[in-house]
Amino acid sequence: MWQYITRRLLLAIPTIILATLIVFITIRLIPGSILTLMEQQYSYIQNINMDVIKHNLGLDVPVYVQYFRWVGNIILHGDFGKSMWTTTSVISEISAAWPVTLELGILAIIISQLIALPIGIFSALRQDTWGDYLARSFAILFIAIPGFWIATLVMVFPSIWWGWTPSIVYIPFVKDPIGSLGMFILPAVVLGLNGSGSTMRMTRTMMLEVMRQDYIRTAWAKGLRERVVVTRHTLKNALIPVVTIIGMQLPSVIGGAVIIETIFGLPGMGRLIVTSTTQRDYTMVSGVMLFFAVGLVLINIIVDLTYGILDPRVHYK
Amino acid sequence: MKIANSNSERSSGINTNRKTRSAPVRMLIRLIKEKPLGTAGAVITLALLLIGLFANQLAPYPPNAPHVVDALAAPSAKYILGTDNLGRDLLSRIIFGARISVVVGLVGALISVSLSTILGTLCGYFGGKFDLLVQRFVDAWMCFPGMVIILVVMSILGQGMWQVILVLGIQTGISGSRVVRSAVIGIKGNVYLQAAVAIGGSTPQILAKHVLPNILAPIIIMFSMAVPNMIMSESGLSFLGYGIPPPTPSWGGMLSGSARAFMFMAPWMAIWPGVALAFVVYGVNMFGDALRDILDPRLRGGVGRYGVKVKKAVSIKSNPGTPQ
Repeated sequence: MWQYITRRLLLAIPTIILATLIVFITIRLIPGSILTLMEQQYSYIQNINMDVIKHNLGLDVPVYVQYFRWVGNIILHGDFGKSMWTTTSVISEISAAWPVTLELGILAIIISQLIALPIGIFSALRQDTWGDYLARSFAILFIAIPGFWIATLVMVFPSIWWGWTPSIVYIPFVKDPIGSLGMFILPAVVLGLNGSGSTMRMTRTMMLEVMRQDYIRTAWAKGLRERVVVTRHTLKNALIPVVTIIGMQLPSVIGGAVIIETIFGLPGMGRLIVTSTTQRDYTMVSGVMLFFAVGLVLINIIVDLTYGILDPRVHYK
Repeated sequence: MKIANSNSERSSGINTNRKTRSAPVRMLIRLIKEKPLGTAGAVITLALLLIGLFANQLAPYPPNAPHVVDALAAPSAKYILGTDNLGRDLLSRIIFGARISVVVGLVGALISVSLSTILGTLCGYFGGKFDLLVQRFVDAWMCFPGMVIILVVMSILGQGMWQVILVLGIQTGISGSRVVRSAVIGIKGNVYLQAAVAIGGSTPQILAKHVLPNILAPIIIMFSMAVPNMIMSESGLSFLGYGIPPPTPSWGGMLSGSARAFMFMAPWMAIWPGVALAFVVYGVNMFGDALRDILDPRLRGGVGRYGVKVKKAVSIKSNPGTPQ
């Protein structure tokens, strides 16, 4: 298994290098550069010397030299550079932001499963009944309702009806776990609802498929109770593709987190990428995108490894 | 639309000879008979198309006409859904927003699916070094969460409908190329392709006449799934202020920006654009789902040409145990 993990990690390296190269070059090649923005920003200063600024930012050399400098600094010194506007280091900005997105994402996925799995299982066990139809309609409704709209309604209507607005002031989990969870629950529910629809449908389909297998008939024939047949025999086998779906949803959870963080004003990775791209903060954008790329690759490997835990037939070579 | 539906239902009652009908008509009949929710979705989709097409005739006011005196007016006979903070009629803006959604949904999905088809077919069919090279780029692209890379590119290109369409189309097109590629690899070993090569068919001819028709089902399914995705992503982008710039009436944009400050006084501003959006995405998804069931590659067989197989496909389909 360790061999498998090492090989996957080694294979990921060229992909990540290519990915960063694409981001690094595109953001620099396209007009409206940070220098123009800075010139406007600092236009009140007399005799501003743009060449000095350009040199200080390291933008006076060709793009490929800049790229090798950036990669070199990361590999040799573990230095991801500084924000071009605030000169705080990229590492410190990211390490402040990622716990927010992580907590939001994990909570959203947990909530999404709490909604999706029971309804999906129920819907499969009572196939083609009214409950099933209702559950399936809800599943598609959850997919169709945009998260930012729900978030807007949650902000607007309680305030109109009861004069109550959800107060979203970021509380770090390490400082006050309960307060932090309480604050995150609303954004996480909004984010989780969207993902729950597709998981619900996947669970239902897989349950139906597994329920027709021979070993399930055997389990019934042995005289096992329904609970045992469902949990031990059906569910365990049906959940394997569901794990894939959850893994595949992670990028969209992160994408959704960008919108949700903006609405609720949470200082997470989503807001960081939004502000740094508007400011053309090249080093910050490159750093954040590198973080995303590495994160997604690792998540994909972890998802693949969970198959081995769920399905004893899977072996890693 | 209801009239059109009942017409086709009636005609299905009178004309029972399957072979005389063209494939799309037969599909439509199957849709109405077997998928009531899918039919409802189709009606919603058609309504969206018509509203988008005839927005000029349907809207009571021009979408950007400010009736300053009636700003933040509650829903009434004059303004059925109320007005916004600039006194613009919400109903008219939602009707014109449908046009934006139609264009973004259809053109975006078209770009996306075309890109997927071209990339996927070339990679899958030729394989080798070309495939290896392109797939590494696809890998690199898929390293990033879709929304994040779209945001980065949009902030560079600037706001605008065509920018949104292009960026969304390319983003989903690149990841979708994987699906087409595996479909092409799946049919590559088939004897009919070897036969086509053996009788001296040129590569473009083989691709157009033998490969493409056989991967059409997944492509149509991808298209039907791409349309609601595009509509949803566009509204999300416009909501964040990276999509279609005001005053163009986009459903996402109507929920964002300066409008948010006035929603507490005029809650109807927060409700209707979202209802329209959810309704349309729901409908198009339902329609796409039904389409997928009908086009499912396992059941497709020789639909359209071989009468025997059509019957077989129908009998498999009517098996009550088939999961959806």
